[in-house]
Amino acid sequence: MQEFAQQVVSGIAIGGIFASLALALVLIYNAMGLVNFAQGEMAMLATFLAFALINRGMSYWIAFPLTLVLAFAGGIAIQRIVIKPVERAPVLTLVIVTLGLATLVNGIAGFIFGYVPRSFPSPFPPASLDIFGVFISWRDLGVIGVSGIVLLGVYLLLQRTTIGLTMRAAAHHPDASRLLGVQVSWMLALGWGLASAVGAVSGIMVAPILLLEPNMMQTIIIYAFAAAVLGGIESPLGAVIGGFVVGITVNLAGAYIPGVGGDLQLAVGFAIIIAVLVLRPNGLLGRAATRRV
Amino acid sequence: MQRLRGAPPRYWLVVLAVIFLLGLPTVIDSFQTSEWAQALILAIAIMGLNILVGYSGQLSLGHGAFMALGAYISAILAHRYKVDYLLTIPVAALATGLVGFALGVPALRLSALYLALATFALAVVAPSVIKRPEDLTGGVQGILIRQPDPPPFASDAFSALTGTAMTTDQWIYYVSLACAIVLFWLAWNLVRHRPGRALRAIRDGEVAAAAFGVNVAGYKTLAFGISAFYAGAAGSLFGLAVGYISPDTFPVSLSIQLLVGAVIGGLASVPGPLLGAIVAYFLPIYASQWVPSQTWIPDQISSTVKNAGPAVSYGVLLILIMIFAPNGIVGLTTRGYDALSRRLRGAPDREAGHLPPDRQTV
Repeated sequence: MQEFAQQVVSGIAIGGIFASLALALVLIYNAMGLVNFAQGEMAMLATFLAFALINRGMSYWIAFPLTLVLAFAGGIAIQRIVIKPVERAPVLTLVIVTLGLATLVNGIAGFIFGYVPRSFPSPFPPASLDIFGVFISWRDLGVIGVSGIVLLGVYLLLQRTTIGLTMRAAAHHPDASRLLGVQVSWMLALGWGLASAVGAVSGIMVAPILLLEPNMMQTIIIYAFAAAVLGGIESPLGAVIGGFVVGITVNLAGAYIPGVGGDLQLAVGFAIIIAVLVLRPNGLLGRAATRRV
Repeated sequence: MQRLRGAPPRYWLVVLAVIFLLGLPTVIDSFQTSEWAQALILAIAIMGLNILVGYSGQLSLGHGAFMALGAYISAILAHRYKVDYLLTIPVAALATGLVGFALGVPALRLSALYLALATFALAVVAPSVIKRPEDLTGGVQGILIRQPDPPPFASDAFSALTGTAMTTDQWIYYVSLACAIVLFWLAWNLVRHRPGRALRAIRDGEVAAAAFGVNVAGYKTLAFGISAFYAGAAGSLFGLAVGYISPDTFPVSLSIQLLVGAVIGGLASVPGPLLGAIVAYFLPIYASQWVPSQTWIPDQISSTVKNAGPAVSYGVLLILIMIFAPNGIVGLTTRGYDALSRRLRGAPDREAGHLPPDRQTV
């Protein structure tokens, strides 16, 4: 039982990481009806930035927010330079462009930082906390805390501020918003920036657990896809719930199903994607898709 | 004779291309022959992807996994059950096609975006799944494939024509070329006739196609099956050409490479996959050979370029082509040809109000 509880707690911790990346995917999906295949690679590049800053002797707690700001600016720049020219193109074109972006960012990271895995510092002590016989590491708690703060921050930004309202309006009703004087294109860019920053959090949180290298996010992005699809790809809250569910499921499957574990845990993520898409394509919280003829 | 004289120029291009590819192994060395064989094999897989993406409008990022399936079916049949490898190629292609057909049924329920997502996940997961049944697939070690010697009739004919003995690499090249010619011819027939028109109608407007009596579900699944058939054949040939397969032979980047090839060559065109495959295959090779040969670039940089080069060049190419030339090389060429012939005829179609229809959409 104690082992079970422990697996659940570390599942929640890793789930928070999935949730952040899934939330980033949902933000971009809401803005332009597109799954951004480059989200994981953008997060990886941001993590490398944080690594470079910390390596230069910067304190972790200064480097972290600074990286988020840089990731935000980078996301806006990417939207302006790469995505804007194909904004009105069919979804097939957009997906291929984001794939190209993923490949490009991966190559740039490899070009600048090389392919040698590096260890990334964690600001939390390695010690564990004993709660009724369940050992919970400070690192897991720290990851849960940081993810929680970020998710709450995004929620408040979108639901309680004018800029959040404008962003949502631009995403859902671009034409009406344009008539009301909203600069829709810049709101989309803001969405990309926000998604890029939220994704960067997941990269920085996961880097101490995995090792930092250009292909680090390749597995995480699959879990984030699973989380986003499970939650209903247009629902931010669904993505968060989906992230935690996927985290816990994958962890428990790795611990208790014989033969699963190691790299086959990824197959569990894949199975979740397929199961949701076939059984309930709108996910837990998504609305049924209507198609205009 | 009358028909020959009246043949449109593209028929002569086909004849020229076939003669070029037939004669190529006699002028390049054995290693380059093997490289060209792999490029041709890539072209087969890209043709399959092109039928799916270009003609039916469904995006698959998991064709590397279908290639892996074809390659492993062939390798296991040849290695464990001692079947002649050449005989296993059609078996692998058909089996992969059936699997693709079966996967096409759940794929029907997915929108283009979800399908891309699911197939991408498939490509990422495939290597780690292949590793598991070690008795069957050889695990991480993979399977060695014995490359067959050229049969007497082929080597006799080859030495009679060129005066040199045929090497194994050349034999594999000609096998790949024969498969490529047959499969490209089949694809050409497919897209020019009823199924091709049906697929394009579905791509451009599913509801309208259904209203005109096109069996949308049937044709979409069929496209998936045919596409997987091509990928399976390519995978099987790929194992033969490389002589060794392991889970790492079929990484996600292979699926990306296939997509890059399809996009560069030109979606929804028949010559596109061949051109795209040649560019997608040789670009990273020549880039990684050229950079280290430049002495003015420091060693450290050139070694990273060698690793990161393919990813960077593929990424840049994908983005630039999608923005500036969505119809790829073929699209650019036909556009140039049309503009030139219009200029030569002196016919200002644009002003007259009737533009020639776009060949890739009609």
